Amino acid sequence: MLDNLQLLFSYPVLGADLIANGLMIGSIFALAAFGMALVWGVLGIINIAQGEFVMLGGFVALTAAEFGVPPLATIPIAAAGLFVIGWGLYRLVIFRIVDRDLFVSLLATFGLSIVLQQLSNEVFGADVQTLETGLGTLYLLDGQIVLPEIKLVAFGTALIVGLLLWAFLKRARLGQAIRATAQNARAARILGIDTDRVYAATFALNAALCGAAGSLVVMAWTIHPYIGLPYTVRSFLVVVVAGLGNIIAVIAAGLGLGALENLAGFILGTEYQIAFVFVAMVVILVVRNWVLRRKREYLK
Amino acid sequence: MSRVRTLLRHAGAVFACIALVWAFVSQAHAKVENDMVYLGAAISLTGKYSTNGAHTQRGYDLAIERINAEGGVIVDGKTYKLAIIYYDDESTPARGAQLAERLIQQDGVTFILGPYSSGLTRAMAPIIEKYGIPMVEANGASISLFEEGYKYLFAVLSTTEQYLQGAVALAAQTAGDGEGLRVALAMENDPFSQDVRTGVIADAEHHGMRVIIDDKLPPDLSDLAATLAKVRVLKPDLLVVSGHAKGAALAIRQIADGRVDVPMLALTHCDAAQIIEKFGEKAEYALCASQWAPGLSYSDPLFGSASDFATLFEETYGYAPPYQAAESAAAVMVFADAFERAGTFDTLAVRDALSATDLMTFYGRIDFDEAGRNIAKPMVLYQVQDGKFRVVYPAEFAEAPFRHPTPRWADR
Repeated sequence: MLDNLQLLFSYPVLGADLIANGLMIGSIFALAAFGMALVWGVLGIINIAQGEFVMLGGFVALTAAEFGVPPLATIPIAAAGLFVIGWGLYRLVIFRIVDRDLFVSLLATFGLSIVLQQLSNEVFGADVQTLETGLGTLYLLDGQIVLPEIKLVAFGTALIVGLLLWAFLKRARLGQAIRATAQNARAARILGIDTDRVYAATFALNAALCGAAGSLVVMAWTIHPYIGLPYTVRSFLVVVVAGLGNIIAVIAAGLGLGALENLAGFILGTEYQIAFVFVAMVVILVVRNWVLRRKREYLK
Repeated sequence: MSRVRTLLRHAGAVFACIALVWAFVSQAHAKVENDMVYLGAAISLTGKYSTNGAHTQRGYDLAIERINAEGGVIVDGKTYKLAIIYYDDESTPARGAQLAERLIQQDGVTFILGPYSSGLTRAMAPIIEKYGIPMVEANGASISLFEEGYKYLFAVLSTTEQYLQGAVALAAQTAGDGEGLRVALAMENDPFSQDVRTGVIADAEHHGMRVIIDDKLPPDLSDLAATLAKVRVLKPDLLVVSGHAKGAALAIRQIADGRVDVPMLALTHCDAAQIIEKFGEKAEYALCASQWAPGLSYSDPLFGSASDFATLFEETYGYAPPYQAAESAAAVMVFADAFERAGTFDTLAVRDALSATDLMTFYGRIDFDEAGRNIAKPMVLYQVQDGKFRVVYPAEFAEAPFRHPTPRWADR
């Protein structure tokens, strides 16, 4: 650990490189976390199958590429494909667990994640897959920071999608209906909103966001049927830190998590990278609780 | 009500007795019906090992087919055909252990072919040991399997610590003297890769090399950026990565995308990760550990040469055989040879015959040590050269000279 720190001090640009690469993967976490925050906030469901949606998005992108679609064009296709899958899953499973005990929804989505894993294993095989984009590499600071362009694409896509989502929720009719349902489903229903449709749309939108994330993962990293869990855990963590109602906070938390994780992996050693993520989560929860309590006392 | 309950209890006791007697009887005699000898195998046909499970099964099937086509095995003057009872272990050790019990207890199998992976082999080994049922396995390489003193476990493949020792030797050989060479390790934190690491470190020290990076990668590995950042500034002479197929795929992808220059890169599971098909030129110069290669000069009367086996396999299944299939076929040959030498299907006699095995196969020589490991066959190293795997080490099997150093990305 000490020699790693020493290394970081003797090559300060290394830190910049690590943070830059961390921000890139953090943007993927943010993308998956948007969806999780939506589903959690609107349907009251913590979706354990979040990472499996990311994985499926990757496989949809791969399949599209096999049919001759250029790699970058597979991003919207994966999103659209997952939108349909998400809608179907809502009609099949999820509508049964809206408004039910949290435990029931955890169990149901956990089951869903296993089914999706095994199905993709059957359909796509257990092999590690990846999609070549043919994009190059960007050198910054005299070649001391090296950024694959596909990661920049991922980063840009996550930011743009975040902004679009924000605008959609603020301005679009369905977006407003989603917010209304999240605030008070009963009142929304009384005012004529078809909450069941809103739920379905929200869940499908979540799947679409994950699908886009998955297509980026398969181009910048690798996927296989069992890669879901890290993405579920990270998006959960991001949402816990950022809260449910704030897209800018989700982006910030996602990027921050990615950068911190990468730095921690470097300094503590990669074997502690995930341990660090969980310790960070506990610390943040404790601090948040403490800050909130102080605020309450102040209000009194 | 209480009468029904008593009746049920009696019925239960009777069933238990029958099961016990049946288990005893079926255990005493090998599963031999007419002229068929049944071997048992629990294989990962579904779950995360399903690709390699299929390679394993095809290797077994091809050997059985060949042996039966050649007339079967001759035991005590009588000819027998071989057959395998398969179950799907779903890639989970707990299921593998259950199925071992099932094969032995219910199906009465007295000879078992191994599952895929060290983890599943480890789950099944105590059970075959408990019942005294010989198991010849071809896909559990972890050295720890052979430190438990098992008497009924035999492995035809080289153990894990040998996987990348060739890379260290090759680095030393190329430099003329290994003294002072700097080695970087990125090994998944699982039993397999940690065994590989132990072997590499021992050999590196033996050659006077220095280990400058020693990262343990998390099992749900999805990014190598932190390790590669270190590699970029410390510039090791040799980078060794082991993390199953996903480790190999990530390493090739991120080293190429990040333009990380290393003179020598050695990996495991390159063929499983299909690095040539998937990454093309980016995979050039990578060194890969392999148990076997179709270009090796071994041969036997059943399959002919290693390349004959490769041709037959490709004709039958439509793809070139990965080493997992070759070693699985060899495991069946070992059983057939032991039956013939034992002259009986008595489990103890077959076990003794197995431990005295000294057999030349298309896969290499097979000779078990006390612990049941095959100590007669070396690992080989491939290098990706012009879009093909070419054996470059050990020297006696080399198909092509080793290309070193890997040119810098800027010059490629």
